[in-house]
Amino acid sequence: MDGLQILFSAPIFSLQLIIDGILIGAIFALAAYGMALVWGVMKIINFAQGEFVILGGFIVYTLHKAGLNLFLCVPLAVVALYIVGWILYHLIIVRIVEKDLFISILATFGIAILMQQLMNQLFGADVQIVESKLDTWFFFDGNVTVLQIKVVGFFIAIVVGACLTLFMKKARLGQAIRATAQDARAARILGVDTNKVYASTFALNAAICGAAGALVVMTWVIQAFAGLAYTIRSFMIVIVAGIGNVSGVILAGLGLGAAENIAGFILGTEFQAAFVFSLLVVILVWRNFKLSLKRRYLK
Amino acid sequence: MNTTGRKYAFYGSILIASLIAPWALSAYQTQLAFLWVMVVFALTWDLVGGQMGYTSFGNVVFFGIGMYVTAIIQRNMHFDIEEYVHVAGAVETLKPSEYLAGLLSGMGLGGIVAVVIAAILGALILGMGMRGQYFGICTLGLTVAAGELASGWEYIGAGSGLVTPVFPDGLGERGAFFYYIFFLLAGVTFITLKWLYSGRFGLAINAIRDDEDKAEAMGIHTSKYKIVAWCISAFFLAIAGGGMGHLIGFIDPTEVAFAGATFGVWMILMAILGGKGTLWGPVIGAIIFHITQELFWTYLFGWQRVAMGALIIGIVVFFPLGIMGWMRERWPERFGYRVEKNSVLNASKGGQV
Repeated sequence: MDGLQILFSAPIFSLQLIIDGILIGAIFALAAYGMALVWGVMKIINFAQGEFVILGGFIVYTLHKAGLNLFLCVPLAVVALYIVGWILYHLIIVRIVEKDLFISILATFGIAILMQQLMNQLFGADVQIVESKLDTWFFFDGNVTVLQIKVVGFFIAIVVGACLTLFMKKARLGQAIRATAQDARAARILGVDTNKVYASTFALNAAICGAAGALVVMTWVIQAFAGLAYTIRSFMIVIVAGIGNVSGVILAGLGLGAAENIAGFILGTEFQAAFVFSLLVVILVWRNFKLSLKRRYLK
Repeated sequence: MNTTGRKYAFYGSILIASLIAPWALSAYQTQLAFLWVMVVFALTWDLVGGQMGYTSFGNVVFFGIGMYVTAIIQRNMHFDIEEYVHVAGAVETLKPSEYLAGLLSGMGLGGIVAVVIAAILGALILGMGMRGQYFGICTLGLTVAAGELASGWEYIGAGSGLVTPVFPDGLGERGAFFYYIFFLLAGVTFITLKWLYSGRFGLAINAIRDDEDKAEAMGIHTSKYKIVAWCISAFFLAIAGGGMGHLIGFIDPTEVAFAGATFGVWMILMAILGGKGTLWGPVIGAIIFHITQELFWTYLFGWQRVAMGALIIGIVVFFPLGIMGWMRERWPERFGYRVEKNSVLNASKGGQV
């Protein structure tokens, strides 16, 4: 608990932790938005969400190593993941949409295992990072440092999120996606090709994850097996915020980022992952506890 | 020969084959011992995941708990903890009686601890009515959290793991010794589950799988049954874990004990490969999987886990019934289902009475 004492004696550090946490939290929110999209439209929880994020990161890493401009890599990763998502949909997901829960859980879990192991084989098990060559800002006599790349990543996440919201509201496909989410059968009757909508939704989700992954590799680190943590974070954010609640997703994402950073500092970095996963269990138990109270009340 | 006679001959031949297997195939004793652990994995997963319909990714937690409890009992009974940790285990060789006492009491206590933890977690998770995807993700979180916590806890060796004592002389061959322990365990697990499935308990958890709300409305105490099923699964897994820790000789928190990526995935794969929700399915699945896994290791070295992921997707998407489930669909009469003749509906849905 040395960390806690430091925080009490120098409160300025907690500002540092919160800023870092919020900047990374925007990326969590982005991945969570994608998960909520697939969940809402297709009623599938994508266990491979985190693997998409990490794959996006590895694509940026590889392209950047090949000499491409870092910020040019981001749209390329988005396009690549869109294609991956589209292929995965037509190979696997098309067969599990509207099937029972058991199949969709295990099939997406299988995709997750397959992807992490493939990435492990192709890119190695090492932790990778992309150097951005951007500067660092110092505040409060150097007590608070902000990496510029994190701020840039934060704004890219916001721009991507804003574009998505606009797309969902205005674009024809976005409207079709929302209609399918409300009632797939009614949408089909009214002439929406739901199969195409499902394919675009899943591919779009993968593309969103690609953007998130690109930001992760720029601002943080990626590793072939780190995907599960992103799946769990996305899931937590979605259940805290509720499906279809965009501002809730953003707030929960930022909050999770900050909470995780502070917990990592207080408990020690070796317990940061344990914190994330324990938090998931606690949130789920708490949610069910509230639901069971409501149920008792109805009686 | 009548059916009863055939049944006894069948079980008898399996028993004899299992008893002589470690001597007939003495080069593979350890592999055969692993095979029985795989059978326990698949059977206990199927209890929760197949018969009760709760897709659990967290059963491996109890395996790890049993492993750690047994190793710690063994360590604390016979060694000075400080010294043991510093020289990584091999302080001195134990006497056979000491080794056995530590191992057996550890396995027993591990089972009890796992049941207590399963009851607490079960009351929090299952008792509160968590279902479906929420349950799946929650248990996945439990597995990883357990591994991460164990990696940070100094008393149980933290990230550098825990070494179990050297196998002493005088207990026969190491592989054969554990082979018989695991064979006994798998046999007891199988008989217990067969007994449970044939009675009220089996009907109740099958009702929960088919429609939990209706089951509850009909007066079945669903929470109680769910927690008990989870505890039974935990008990056998913890005992298997205790033995496994001593057989492997080294307990790594995330690679051996709370190994979600290997054992945790395998147990699901084996159960659905053989046919979830059947008694023999997990056993058959475990045997087939264990053999193919060895082939994967030999011929696809490095890519075997990739193949594993592809296999899960393949089975779940294209062959969700599994081997026994498919056979039940194909020949429903053999499984004791009456099929009405000249009925298209029954012919197509025969298995799922």
